[in-house]
Amino acid sequence: MTLTMFIQHFFNALTLGSLYALIAIGYTMVYGILRLINFAHGDVFMLGAYFIFYTGTIFHLPWIVGVILAIILTSFCGVIVERAAYRPLRDAPRISALISSIGVSFFIENLAIVVFTGIPKPVVRPDWLVKIIQIRGVRILPLAIAVPIMCFVLVAGLLFIVYKTKPGLAMRAISKDIETTRLMGVSVNKIISLTFGLGSALAAAGGIMWALRYPQIQPLMGLIPGLKAFIAAVLGGIGSIQGAVVGGLLLGFIEIMIVAFFPGLSGYKDAFAFILLIVILLIKPTGLMGEKIEEKV
Amino acid sequence: MLKVEGLHVYYGGIHAVKGINIEVPRGKIVTLIGANGAGKSSTIRAVSGLLKQTKGTISYNGNGENRNILGLSPENIVRRGIVMCPEGRRILPHLTVFENLMLGAYTRNDKKAIKKDLDWVYDLFPRMKERTWQKGGTLSGGEQQMLAVGRAIMSAPEVIMLDEPSLGLAPLLVKEVFDIIGQINAEGKTVLLVEQNAYAALKIADYAYVLEVGNIVLEGPGKELLEDQRVKEAYLGG
Ligand SMILES: Nc1ncnc2c1ncn2[C@@H]1O[C@H](COP(=O)(O)OP(=O)(O)OP(=O)(O)O)[C@@H](O)[C@H]1O
Ligand SMILES: [Mg+2]
Repeated sequence: MTLTMFIQHFFNALTLGSLYALIAIGYTMVYGILRLINFAHGDVFMLGAYFIFYTGTIFHLPWIVGVILAIILTSFCGVIVERAAYRPLRDAPRISALISSIGVSFFIENLAIVVFTGIPKPVVRPDWLVKIIQIRGVRILPLAIAVPIMCFVLVAGLLFIVYKTKPGLAMRAISKDIETTRLMGVSVNKIISLTFGLGSALAAAGGIMWALRYPQIQPLMGLIPGLKAFIAAVLGGIGSIQGAVVGGLLLGFIEIMIVAFFPGLSGYKDAFAFILLIVILLIKPTGLMGEKIEEKV
Repeated sequence: MLKVEGLHVYYGGIHAVKGINIEVPRGKIVTLIGANGAGKSSTIRAVSGLLKQTKGTISYNGNGENRNILGLSPENIVRRGIVMCPEGRRILPHLTVFENLMLGAYTRNDKKAIKKDLDWVYDLFPRMKERTWQKGGTLSGGEQQMLAVGRAIMSAPEVIMLDEPSLGLAPLLVKEVFDIIGQINAEGKTVLLVEQNAYAALKIADYAYVLEVGNIVLEGPGKELLEDQRVKEAYLGG
């Protein structure tokens, strides 16, 4: 393999990894706060991609306005999902909410098939993102640089909210002790809505960038990226935002690099993530950066 | 300031508090003593809004209003100036001492007044100041109790309810905690204190109630109950 080829693979891996990371954060935040695996998260990601598609094709909005609108709409959907499907089950056994999330996932997928039709739609991409540029012989899409930078900015913004603001403090408190946090005057429902909103906003950003990278969207497009991002979250240590980022990047690199170095294995590409999941669950179930799960006394 | 009338608390089929009346006058220390399972925690948890299956009225005359607060959510009740320092401290182990204190001040936006209360807490508990950036979970049991009390103060309450603040503390620390409760009261905070350490509680209380399996069986000024034969036998070791 030549150096230029390696650099191209490197950027591919970085792009894919950052997208996994963005989606993984939504799983990890919801898990951190409610101990719930939100299986509908991958479908929320898909909604983000469709919203950007329609703001362009039906409403002819400028791309950047579409992006903002799509992110807002998707966050809104995430918040509604929590309200409708998880909040009523807050005091029920955890398995009920988990099953509810699987139900929501099927519901969104099928609703999307009805509303958007099952026919894949081609996404129109802004020229400046897809005009190949050449730097010292390395041919690269501006997208492959823009996506990781965008992800970095979004993650930095999220970490700022979580670690430097009052709602962030409340989020971190709720993750350990809901009752005590309420006794301090925190409206837990608002903070949980905010968590779903933020997680879904990142998923929307992920969906929009995913559609730039793989410009064909269809109602089940959230399935595999969703599952893989979930694996990334487990790999990094579910509940930890930093872990989700590390897990996402790692998974992106493993997938791209294995295929790059062993092209014969490319048919098994999707299996790597699942093998990795099994290995991590066997060796270190708390993930790379996850904390021990202590039982509350 | 706080008047509990005919309060009942249920847990499914269990009738834990059976129509009790308690009055907490402004600026006083009132204590609720009783054995394990008497219903002390249930009573103040009902006042904080944590319990759903309740009956009766809790009139609160503070925060510029006079109304029944039973049925309001905990966050609403804290905003009205009634805070509870829960049984077993319940500090957040993964947050720093400072973050725990700031969580206490969650409902407030008045930066200057928050800073003033923070200085007051550091004054009451100099050890909290030394440990500002330490994780709550690394504090000793006694320090965690101080943090829990400090956190409650940070919400700028009119009424502060403490659930067994002396639990698991060495005698010297118990004395320190009770001294501090006295100081907090001297600063104008009304205190409702739940205790198993009847002796220490009766000594500082203006008025006391004795709770037995969900009923109030005795009440009176703290000093009087300290001399009461029945109290001596049941709670002060004869
Ligand atoms: N969540 C609950 N579910 C069922 N029963 C409960 C619950 N909490 C308390 N009880 C019951 O209610 C009664 C009163 O409990 P409570 O915690 O108020 O007692 P307490 O006076 O605070 O006791 P202690 O001094 O041991 O803290 C007890 O019989 C207890 O078993
Ligand atoms: Mg108790």
